[in-house]
Amino acid sequence: MKKLKLATLALVGALAAGPALADLVFPSLSYRTGPYAPNGIPFADGYADYFTLINERDGGIGGIKIAMPECETGYNTEKGVECYESTKDVGTGALLYQPLSTGITYQLIPKASADGIPVHSMGYGRTSASNGKVFEWIFNYPTNYWNGASIAIKYILDQEGGDISDKKIALIYHNSAYGKEPIRTLEELSKKHGFEFLQIPVDPPGQEQKSQWLQIRQQKPDYVLMWGWGVQNQVAIQEAANIRFPMDHFIGIWWSGSENDTLPVGDGADGYKALNMNLPGKDLPIYDDLKTYVYDKGLAAGAGDQGGTVLYNRGMYAAILAVEAAKKAQEIHGVAQITAAMMRDGMEALEITDADMEALGVPGFGPEFSVSCANHGGGGQAIVQQWDAASKTWNVLTDFIAPDTEVIQPLIDADSAAYAAEAGIEERCN
Amino acid sequence: MPDTLLFAIEVTLNGLMAGVLYALVALGFVLIFKASGVFNYAQGVMALFAALTLVGIMEGQVPFGHLLNVIFGTELTTFGWTLPSVVGILLTMGVMVVLAILIEKLILKHLVNQPDIILFMATIGLAYFMEGFGDLMWGSDIKKLDVGLPQGISDVIDTTTFGWFGYGFFIDKLDITATVVAALLVTVLVLFSQYTKQGRAMRAVADDHQAALSVGISLRFIWVLVWSIAGFVALVAGIMWGAKSGVQFSLSLIALKALPVLMLGGFTSIPGAIVGGLIIGVGEKLFEFFIGPMVGGATENWFAYVLALLFLVFRPQGLFGERIIERV
Repeated sequence: MKKLKLATLALVGALAAGPALADLVFPSLSYRTGPYAPNGIPFADGYADYFTLINERDGGIGGIKIAMPECETGYNTEKGVECYESTKDVGTGALLYQPLSTGITYQLIPKASADGIPVHSMGYGRTSASNGKVFEWIFNYPTNYWNGASIAIKYILDQEGGDISDKKIALIYHNSAYGKEPIRTLEELSKKHGFEFLQIPVDPPGQEQKSQWLQIRQQKPDYVLMWGWGVQNQVAIQEAANIRFPMDHFIGIWWSGSENDTLPVGDGADGYKALNMNLPGKDLPIYDDLKTYVYDKGLAAGAGDQGGTVLYNRGMYAAILAVEAAKKAQEIHGVAQITAAMMRDGMEALEITDADMEALGVPGFGPEFSVSCANHGGGGQAIVQQWDAASKTWNVLTDFIAPDTEVIQPLIDADSAAYAAEAGIEERCN
Repeated sequence: MPDTLLFAIEVTLNGLMAGVLYALVALGFVLIFKASGVFNYAQGVMALFAALTLVGIMEGQVPFGHLLNVIFGTELTTFGWTLPSVVGILLTMGVMVVLAILIEKLILKHLVNQPDIILFMATIGLAYFMEGFGDLMWGSDIKKLDVGLPQGISDVIDTTTFGWFGYGFFIDKLDITATVVAALLVTVLVLFSQYTKQGRAMRAVADDHQAALSVGISLRFIWVLVWSIAGFVALVAGIMWGAKSGVQFSLSLIALKALPVLMLGGFTSIPGAIVGGLIIGVGEKLFEFFIGPMVGGATENWFAYVLALLFLVFRPQGLFGERIIERV
């Protein structure tokens, strides 16, 4: 009898700790363990802390509290899918998924589409998902990998006075679906601008890259682009420093440009560049609110020591965009308790301006963009930042740079059309 | 000299250096397997744990700081000291010895006379436990390991080879250091096992547990000794690999690099681990250099295993492994 009472109490406790039936549920598929945890933790903390801020300061969205059931994926695709299945029906049902893994995103595209739950793969996942006519439930605003490749080349063009026809550009990439994403775009851009394009894959996890960097030393590319993740980034930056490759000619995608990637290399990483879709640092008014309503109340996620890092800010940015889309959905449908389908409508009507970001306490934090039924990718802009090893900070070098849509859009149309044909999807938004 | 030949020589030299790093990890496996017949699945995690502990001690990090802060509402992060590398390494070695004693007392002692597979499964459990324990103790952020090892291109080799061939070879100073350290380590291990009482006892246990017990050798002491030495080898491997990538949890995956080395060199031979490492290092690098571009690159991970399997076809016990004789 005593055991039964204890079990009942435990059950009641567990239910009380879970999301209530009238919460807005935003599950977090995080990875706080395993080899990719150093990157997963700051993103998950930023995502969670912003939701906590909204609950504590504003009383939720439209008066309804946010619930964020967290599920550990370990950056493992199978576990990610299990997490999706175990959280999609929590409370009133999940409103949005942000998997932070291209592999998990690819698996969730058909599942979430069938279940009618939006997935926001912000700057990762399947690039052609930016075509909302085919991918009704998948969004990747404000930018994607193909835009990233195009922005890197535009930046190099700018550095080289507009002509790179005699240049050699290498791509060192994570030998996975993620790392291979920019290849097609870079091949097209190579045809357009006349540069020689070298492809250098690295098998994950990427702790040993001697062959790849010897190849770079022998082939002498003018620029090296990197699509890496986890330990691959740190080793690549270290090896680049070892062979004395000019670091200001080494440019990473936004997943290869956090403090985690440069700090372990020390002075050798000085001058390394990376793209970013959000500002780094803590010099934003929102941090005053976070301090008052989250940190000082002891409500910070994790160890509470990630504020201002590139990936913490990105997690926070993802949460900001989720909250703004939820507000838009409430506005469109005139109800506070929105469903996943309403959330999709809110995401498709999302418009972020500089004035909006200023009002949210994050002036200039991300690019201005708008989403529509047909365009789930936003404007595609990104900045270039550079690592300063002395001050251990990222310095922003450029304004938000727009991608070369002339090259990207036909690729998106072709890839999404192929997916539509394969999956038997009829185009919408016509 | 044609460029391709020069590049091939450079790749071969770098392959040899990489092989030494693989061999450093493989050595830890060999030591434990030789003395107890246990394939220690946790060797990679031991390297990670040793490197984490070294950085933590050197930087004065409070172990379990985050956990203590959550439970007691404190704000403990560091003790406020920065220790020299030598002190840090000695203290870490002490921690690895304590770990060896605990492993013997809590796991191995209870599994005496159990089949090898049981001991192997126990090391799998140990690996998962230590990974989580290390995370809880030192945090999961990436740590810079700075014990003063030289790193980057060796200018002497670059300039000299440029003078000879008109092309300067790239050799990483860290790899040269690793080679010297590995040579010293193997020499010390061989001298220890040949000329000391404990070393001879270790070899006796490796030859026959029952016979060793019958002449009064303490099996439990030998196990502690072997796991301590394996802990020291793991610390050396952790320092070398941690200097390349920072100390982080993917360091435990270096064990994957040691497996083909063990298959090739044999599980019971220290020279086998070294020669196996060198063959794997050179083989994978040359294959990547000549064949990689034709098959899309990134061949190293799988080619090492293919090479090891090819050797296994002709010598199932590995190059230097003990010959398997089964009498029925």
